[in-house]
Amino acid sequence: MWRYIVKRLLLTIPVLFGVAFVVFVMVRIVPGDPAQIMAGQQATRELVEGIRRDLGLDRPLLVQFADFLTGLLRGDLGRSVRSRAPVTEELAHRIPNTLRLAAAGMLVATTVGVTAGVISAVRPYSLVDAVVMVVALAGLSMPIYWSGLMLILVFAVWLNWLPAVGSDSLAHLVLPATALGFSSAAIIARMTRSAMLEVLRSDYIRTARAKGLAERVVVNRHALRNALIPVITVVGLQTGTLLSGAVLTESVFAWSGIGRLMVDATLNRDYPVVQGAVLLVALSFVLVNLVVDLLYALVDPRIRYE
Amino acid sequence: MSDPSVRTAPVGLPAAVDAVPAVRWRRLPRGAVVWRQLVRNRAGLAGGIILLVFLVTGLLAPLLAPEDPYEPALERSLEPPGRSALLGRDELGRDVLSRLIYGARLSLLIGVIAVAIGVSAGVPLGALSGYFGGWTDLIVQRVVDVMLAFPGILLAIILVAILGVGLVQVMVAVGTVSIPTYARLVRGQVLSLRAQDFVEAARALGATPRRILVRHILPNTLAVIVVQATLQIAGAILSAAALGFLGLGAQPPAAEWGAMLSSARQYLRLAPHTVVFPGLAIMVTVLGFNLLGDAIRDALDPRLRLPGP
Repeated sequence: MWRYIVKRLLLTIPVLFGVAFVVFVMVRIVPGDPAQIMAGQQATRELVEGIRRDLGLDRPLLVQFADFLTGLLRGDLGRSVRSRAPVTEELAHRIPNTLRLAAAGMLVATTVGVTAGVISAVRPYSLVDAVVMVVALAGLSMPIYWSGLMLILVFAVWLNWLPAVGSDSLAHLVLPATALGFSSAAIIARMTRSAMLEVLRSDYIRTARAKGLAERVVVNRHALRNALIPVITVVGLQTGTLLSGAVLTESVFAWSGIGRLMVDATLNRDYPVVQGAVLLVALSFVLVNLVVDLLYALVDPRIRYE
Repeated sequence: MSDPSVRTAPVGLPAAVDAVPAVRWRRLPRGAVVWRQLVRNRAGLAGGIILLVFLVTGLLAPLLAPEDPYEPALERSLEPPGRSALLGRDELGRDVLSRLIYGARLSLLIGVIAVAIGVSAGVPLGALSGYFGGWTDLIVQRVVDVMLAFPGILLAIILVAILGVGLVQVMVAVGTVSIPTYARLVRGQVLSLRAQDFVEAARALGATPRRILVRHILPNTLAVIVVQATLQIAGAILSAAALGFLGLGAQPPAAEWGAMLSSARQYLRLAPHTVVFPGLAIMVTVLGFNLLGDAIRDALDPRLRLPGP
């Protein structure tokens, strides 16, 4: 197990290095003068020069990259071109909001997804199964920002049950979390269904039934537990989907998180902020994938020996 | 697939089950088998019909649209669906239906270009990486790793940040994002094909690596690429619309579905129809591709073949 963990950790290093490189290069390969673009057309010459100095654009590329990396290690991501605040500060304000949204979305996705998948698998090819699977497929095909808008339309505009936008209270969390979790729930439901169907066909399930166990015990204790292994992976992979889904969901619900920060910064060409946000999201994605891989190896011993 | 043991029925199955299909399938050419499977899959058929409608709408947009999608009629702004406009009018009084029809054309274009970029870069990369191994493989795969380290739409946003905002940039971005998936997929296929006897035979006959790859290996990966391309078009349409929605993609007045949603969202309260229909258009189109993609995949997978005549 330890060898596997060390191997996976080592494999992560070049990826992280590559991510840092992409983020570094991003600003430098913009057509035209990046400092001028960031400052805008009407900017004073001092501002343009200031940005150039801030980013070290006047120095050799290799020196710039070395500075960028050491800055990263010290947790220094530069300053926002617009607000002049350190990027780390801008990010720190918004991380809790995005985490809250992603966690709530995950909760929706797993509970709805696993429940729907099990219900489908227990009565395969029945009407319930067909309905669940059609809804799941629709969920997969629905753009997340549109389902968000539809939720606002129904629950905030027509029924007036929940607030439409903002990120202050728990009530504000319900609609965005549902919108965000729904498409992942669809994928988890499909995965759970096929894993359950496979398991329900196995000999030990027949044995469990033959010895007279209640169907509920067979499904919950014997089948679901074994079917969960592939489901865990999908849930882990969905964390990445949730991260990018959060970018869109945050825009729809005016949720003050990392995603919205990133989109606004991209529109404003505030590159240091884009860099910081991209780096943060990619880093979390890589780490989540690493944790999922390790968990998977922990749950299923066969993987370690490959 | 040619492994004879696969066709032997497991012990305990009634004899009739292994007797009927095995003989019949072997006689039909592979393409015919796949086609018959595809047609008999109802979900896939539904997907195919949706896509046919989408394709025809996109190609014949100028003939089908009842009005000019760009002609404003401010006095009829936000009119609900009715006799004058079947799906209502947007904030500038333009006919929503006509704009959706022209939007199909844009989405079609986005899908085709995105697939062209993804396939033309990803397939050669994956093929070279899988066939030659060694340093080529190492470098290509690390690049792929890095690209895959950016979840979903993030890489597209980075590319838009570099290239600037606009429809063309979005097509390039969405296509580029799909390159690593093709590279991974084709590499895996090539790795397993490379070890097979027919490739060994070609090599023994003195075929060059180029000929082996192009004539012997790549044709065998075509099926996987087709499935991936079908699913990718769905993803490309979704991503492009998402970027349009965020204001990073097609800009007004373009009749692009995501951009339409983006400008309509502020009228959600006043004129829900301007938000409902573009979203439905995206959903139904993507659903069509997903249904067909699933069906093609199932048809190509011999383990999932439907039994029957």
